[in-house]
Amino acid sequence: MTDATIIDAEYEAQFGDYFALLKPRVMSLVVFTAFVGLMVAPVQVHPIIGFCAVLFIAVGAGASGALNMWWDADIDAVMSRTARRPIPAGKVSAQDALSLGLALSGFSVVMLGLATNLLAAGLLAFTIFFYAVVYSMWLKRSTPQNIVIGGAAGAFPPAIGWVAATGSVSLEAVLMFALIFMWTPPHFWALALFLRKDYNNAGVPMLTVTHGRKVTRQHILVYTLLLAPLAVWLGFTQIGGPVYLTVAVLANGWFVKGAYDIWRRDENMAEADKYRTEKSFFQFSLLYLFLHFLALLADASLRAVGFL
Amino acid sequence: MAMKTEHELHKRRFSRNMGVGLLLVGFVVIIFGLTVVKVKQLGAIQGFDHVVRPELIAPQEGEADK
Repeated sequence: MTDATIIDAEYEAQFGDYFALLKPRVMSLVVFTAFVGLMVAPVQVHPIIGFCAVLFIAVGAGASGALNMWWDADIDAVMSRTARRPIPAGKVSAQDALSLGLALSGFSVVMLGLATNLLAAGLLAFTIFFYAVVYSMWLKRSTPQNIVIGGAAGAFPPAIGWVAATGSVSLEAVLMFALIFMWTPPHFWALALFLRKDYNNAGVPMLTVTHGRKVTRQHILVYTLLLAPLAVWLGFTQIGGPVYLTVAVLANGWFVKGAYDIWRRDENMAEADKYRTEKSFFQFSLLYLFLHFLALLADASLRAVGFL
Repeated sequence: MAMKTEHELHKRRFSRNMGVGLLLVGFVVIIFGLTVVKVKQLGAIQGFDHVVRPELIAPQEGEADK
């Protein structure tokens, strides 16, 4: 047992501490993307079933978050960004986090299966396994491509939402998956460029540490260049429309330009303006994903009221 | 002796107990709602029992001509 996991005997874990184990901020993104995946599907879903589907997908994502916090408590404790999570802060025991994670995993998968269909439940189970075992346990500490693999787990929710509605995987589901999957590496590596100390301390092999910052800048550009056509392609499927295409072209143009700027800079230039380009690229990346899914929702609404 | 003694633990655990209680109530509501929707989606169900259901009686010989 390390110092970080000793529980203060006086402290009683509150409800909010358990809730924090589910990574509410990640969960809100999952709720949003799963909701969009469900809404853009060309199938009418009863509102209550749709609500339940999104809820159980979110609970599943939360469960994998709890499992991740159980496994990563030791490195969370040394990174300032994560040191205040419930386990390193001594609010919840690691054992409790494991129990909660396992219980909610089973619960969410079974309930999603009952509410929608078995394929969606299977995908959710796979997502939890992928994030908790493949990413957290196997790859996060062993390869600098950890971010790429971890992105897959975050990319599943809209596809699960789609499958919950339609019962099958199709091109649109795959492209929504690809959008988040390819977006994750540039998003996180931009963060790693200006938060380097944290990952160094924890010994997590970030690309910035293992292959240097120049290589990281190249990787950001390459992944962004691969991302852009995929994002625009989604606009030409049945769920795309004028709103999405406009957003995709503009946002990807900005994103590619930002990645190009990052690629052209070196550390001296970045130090000189305190990583301004990297920071604005990172901030825009959050907006980027949000805008794409919002645009999909907008086109779906336009179709629903008969404008398209 | 009082039937109900307020222990300090009750106060400390109040938020947890309340949270779990509300979650359980919410869960019941969700399951009930899901059940109603799922059963309705099955289409018309004959809810009566112990009464004669003519459509279940096999036609007698010669009856089909009528």
